[in-house]
Amino acid sequence: MNLPPAPVAGTRPLSVSTGSPRGPRRSRAAVLGESVLEWVIRLCGISAILFVFGIFFFVLREGVGFLFGGLKLGEFFFSTEWYPTSLSNVRYGVLALIVGTFSVTGLAMLIAVPFGLGAAIFVSEFCSDRWREGLKILIELLAAIPSVVWGFIGISVMNPLIQEVFHVPVGLNVLNGALLLALMSVPIMVSIGEDALKAVPDSFREASLAMGATRWQTVRRVLLPAAKNGLLAAILLGVGRAVGETMAVLMATGHAVNIPKSPFDPVRTLTATIAAELGEASVGSPHYQVLFIIGILLFTITFAVNLVADLVVKGTAKG
Amino acid sequence: MATTFGETPFIRKKRRDEAIVRVVLGLMALAMVVPLLLIVGYLVERAWPLLSLDFVFTNPTHGMREGGVWSALLGTLYLVSVSLLIAAPVGVLAAVYLNEYAKKSWLTRIINLAVVNLAGVPSIVHALFGLGAFVLFAGMGRSILAASLTLAIMTLPVIIASTKEALAAVPLSFREACWNVGATRWQTIRGIVLPNSISGILTGVILQVSRAAGETAPIMFTGAVFFKRIEEGNPFAYSLSDQCMALSMHLFTITTQVTDAPKALPYATAVVLLGSVLLVNACAILLRLRLRARKKW
Repeated sequence: MNLPPAPVAGTRPLSVSTGSPRGPRRSRAAVLGESVLEWVIRLCGISAILFVFGIFFFVLREGVGFLFGGLKLGEFFFSTEWYPTSLSNVRYGVLALIVGTFSVTGLAMLIAVPFGLGAAIFVSEFCSDRWREGLKILIELLAAIPSVVWGFIGISVMNPLIQEVFHVPVGLNVLNGALLLALMSVPIMVSIGEDALKAVPDSFREASLAMGATRWQTVRRVLLPAAKNGLLAAILLGVGRAVGETMAVLMATGHAVNIPKSPFDPVRTLTATIAAELGEASVGSPHYQVLFIIGILLFTITFAVNLVADLVVKGTAKG
Repeated sequence: MATTFGETPFIRKKRRDEAIVRVVLGLMALAMVVPLLLIVGYLVERAWPLLSLDFVFTNPTHGMREGGVWSALLGTLYLVSVSLLIAAPVGVLAAVYLNEYAKKSWLTRIINLAVVNLAGVPSIVHALFGLGAFVLFAGMGRSILAASLTLAIMTLPVIIASTKEALAAVPLSFREACWNVGATRWQTIRGIVLPNSISGILTGVILQVSRAAGETAPIMFTGAVFFKRIEEGNPFAYSLSDQCMALSMHLFTITTQVTDAPKALPYATAVVLLGSVLLVNACAILLRLRLRARKKW
């Protein structure tokens, strides 16, 4: 991306393959092979687009029958009653699940945003090279911990800890999930936030320091305003990661369909519902199809968040 | 400066604020790192009684209440290798296209956006996609192949992003020199660009392995099972159309479904999973550090 654009057709070197009078001819097979290969490369290049459309298409395909035949959208979005396996009165209201997802994500962001941005500023502006290397490696390792291990940590470490500290009977709740999600989304905020601060030209820093400002004044008055779009994108990508996280919240949030009144209430998220119930729903049943519709909902939310993050970053590039 | 002008209260306050901010921000950074060390230490300590080579190389027995993790570990190895075989060529070639062929156009912009979005799709949605596309539509059934394809698509952005970075680090002058002696674009890529960026590409591939090994949600409904009996010590015990156990899934199962397992068992399983993932990541980090030290330009 940072590379200057590759030479365009006009500046491309005279290819040997056209058979210039001087120089050896390449065999027809070699020329053909190379053009086939270039088509393969182009195909791989656009594969990401194909996959994103493929995901949308195939998830929608499994759920579309019920989406347009039987599902009451009003009930789906505005009812908190999720009884997909009820024999007498089946109800598919995901409001409680949406609220569950956003309560965990919201609390996680309350913790992660200050720490993530603080750490990004420290790593980028305040620390010596050796510390920076060490911290970045540790943060990278933090990002590598699998989500199922986080879920296990939620059950085995956070659960008793929360019971102990806050004197609540059960430690599997919004707070537990939020702490895990905060630890999981901080690395991405630090690395993207640091990139955003790095992208501010050094001349900005030099000008500010030359005026007698301290480093902190420089950060607050010069760097933060200059890098604000990149930092916003860092936060948004953290949000996207938290909304889509599955295993950790499945294991740590208590698994009760519930509108939480305090951080110590258990909830269930959109992702956890799919993971917990897909195995039991028979293929093609309304319950199964509703889970795919929830998948489309999740896809749409994360797609929107990532799109906005991308537009925000491109905004900086232009400005 | 202070010696020239003397310490006014204003300068003292500036200095003090600076020191406070440095400490506070430093503590914030440490607050992210310290839990990592504490948690890893705690897990290892709890797992210690069970950790041994035997634990790694024996099958789980007695309804997963005893024994080791061999069948799960082998399943994870299968899933990771097959997904790597699929994702690595596609990912590297996609990055070659983006960095070496693509012009600055709307198409390139959309591809980059798609890569970012592919990375942002929740893992459980990848699972739904794998189930709908590979298991049901393509008729692969729940199998190692279907699960690996799902993992491959999910981890593709990791390879694309790091390969692109590695390719972009090769100076343009290298390419220009090659073009000027009459090489075609592909000859330049094969002869100059790829050899000079191979370590960076390998780093990306290693990161893909670590990511794929830890994922649970995408394989839950596409090929991983709670329990499967396989022959111990036979590395070819699974075939591509089989379902398999996986380390991540195994940890989930014994944590949430098997309630009367010995206390140390889930800890030991978690340590094996975490240990392998962190080991793989450490390899990537070492490779990158060596590469940086050796860089010629």
